[in-house]
Amino acid sequence: MINRLPRAKQRSWARPFLHIIIIAGAVLMLYPVIWMLSASFKPMDEIFSSAQLLPQTWAFDNYSQGWIALDYSFDVFFLNSFLVCLGAVAGNVISCSLAAYAFARVNFRFKPFWFMLMLGTIMLPYNVVVVPQYVLFKNFGWINTFLPLIVPKFLATDAFFIFLLVQFIRAIPRDLDDAAKIDGCSHVQMYLRIIIPLAAPALATTAIFTFIWTWSDFFTQLIFLNDQSAYTVPVALRTFLDGTGVSAYGQLFAISILSLIPILGFFIAFQRLLIEGVATSGIKG
Amino acid sequence: MIRNPENLARIDAKETEQDTKRARGFNLSAQGKENLTGYLFLLPWFAGLILLTAGPMFGSLYLSFTRFDLISSPVWIGVQNYLAMLQDPRWLSAVRVTLIYVFFSVPLKMLFALALALMLNRGLRGLSIYRAVYYVPSLLGGSVAIAILWQQIFDANGLVNQVLGMIGIKSTTSWISSPNYALGTLIVLAVWQFGSPMIIFLAGLKQIPSEYYEAATTDGAGKIYQFWRITLPLLTPIVFFNMILQMIGAFQAFTPAFIVSGGTGGPIDSTLFYTLYIYQEGFGNLHMGYASAMAWVLLVAIALFTALAFLTSRYWVFYQDERR
Repeated sequence: MINRLPRAKQRSWARPFLHIIIIAGAVLMLYPVIWMLSASFKPMDEIFSSAQLLPQTWAFDNYSQGWIALDYSFDVFFLNSFLVCLGAVAGNVISCSLAAYAFARVNFRFKPFWFMLMLGTIMLPYNVVVVPQYVLFKNFGWINTFLPLIVPKFLATDAFFIFLLVQFIRAIPRDLDDAAKIDGCSHVQMYLRIIIPLAAPALATTAIFTFIWTWSDFFTQLIFLNDQSAYTVPVALRTFLDGTGVSAYGQLFAISILSLIPILGFFIAFQRLLIEGVATSGIKG
Repeated sequence: MIRNPENLARIDAKETEQDTKRARGFNLSAQGKENLTGYLFLLPWFAGLILLTAGPMFGSLYLSFTRFDLISSPVWIGVQNYLAMLQDPRWLSAVRVTLIYVFFSVPLKMLFALALALMLNRGLRGLSIYRAVYYVPSLLGGSVAIAILWQQIFDANGLVNQVLGMIGIKSTTSWISSPNYALGTLIVLAVWQFGSPMIIFLAGLKQIPSEYYEAATTDGAGKIYQFWRITLPLLTPIVFFNMILQMIGAFQAFTPAFIVSGGTGGPIDSTLFYTLYIYQEGFGNLHMGYASAMAWVLLVAIALFTALAFLTSRYWVFYQDERR
């Protein structure tokens, strides 16, 4: 089919129309989350009876009641989640940048083999290693601690970020390295003084995605944290859901909304970096 | 931006070869030092590889041939775990549910991602805002909070029925607790997160040289013709890349099914994702040997599907630099 309309003529009606479709789609996409935000301020009887977004009576106490609905207050769970995330971010940034530097800048023997192997581990389903890992961590006495969630990050098990950083470091011009080498710089100095500063954007992408993924990770936290005092937010939310009778959905929504705020906060602050990260490396998001 | 891991490895091999030759020019001990440095930088990764990846992989392969309950030591039972799967109606349900989920959610997600990317790629003002808004569900979608939300909006009094009521369709179905629809709601949840493949498509669309379109327009080719003959063929590597990524992810989906069904995979196993069944058997019933065997079957299945995709790719994926 051949469309012979001249460009200018097409634009006059097509543009606004396109904007309308895209905006309608965007509203539809965000509507569930907006609905939850609105429901988090509604008293119980209103949530499922009225589709109106603005609550008729504002039930602010959903937030305060929900916060203390479990045996421990959500202070504990949020603090736990933050600790796990900080540990994971530190681990990934340090260990993955070290490995990436080796793959991108050091010419050691059998590098192609190890590199291929590293790429292969990205595809490995976690389920294949989870049982022996569980046995290992149990023998270490690490169940109900954050160590099983943090220590693996210090051992560069998130190979995806190694790949991301290798890509980035390779794009850094080698002139600087060569100059540094002539000045007698060692690899350690080049890593610390040249590559780390120049790779800051990629390191930031690594840090932010590690934070977001760890924050919303459920499976590993469910397995390794069995005691309520050690619960993170996702695990606590699940317990909240299981224990919620028909009476407390407003509270459940309120805490759910709070649990999304750190993710949204990072997204709003680092939007450009995150979207570029996805665009250039195919992070699954 | 390199989309093809094979190419990447090839480039890498070539680079190293050249670099090694260069290094050998000086003296051998320099290469020795270089080796040592490389392996020292990789030390954390090697430790992780041995202790947390390769070791546990072989460990679970061994356990898959045993009966193991975490308390007493594993008992070798040969291939019994693997044979048991074929007789296990719940395993068969899990396979069926997971395949349906993968085969519906992945193509639908890609379709929406491509459609929106095409719309957004027409030089619209406000692109970055639109892109960000469409990306938000991808960012939040994997969380427990969103799974809880999904459970509620598809419940009998939930948002979906409220909206249906407003347009005059009275429905009291709880979609989430109906064996016919529960899996469908999870597919909708997956498709809702089409933002990240959309961003990858957008990046791909930007790389198509505009001269191609100009030339085609001069020749009188219409928009639709241009899409089928220029845009789509040049996007196939990205379609392929997105498809593999999404497929591997979909095979391993866990959180939404777990939350929505309260960990059961119900109603009547209609949301029993494969990984959820592994979790139930391994960590619920402490059938760790059986769970390991199931995990290995998953690994092999993912590997086979990926290999199949690579094998068929030569017929439909078009690499510009490989034109002969």
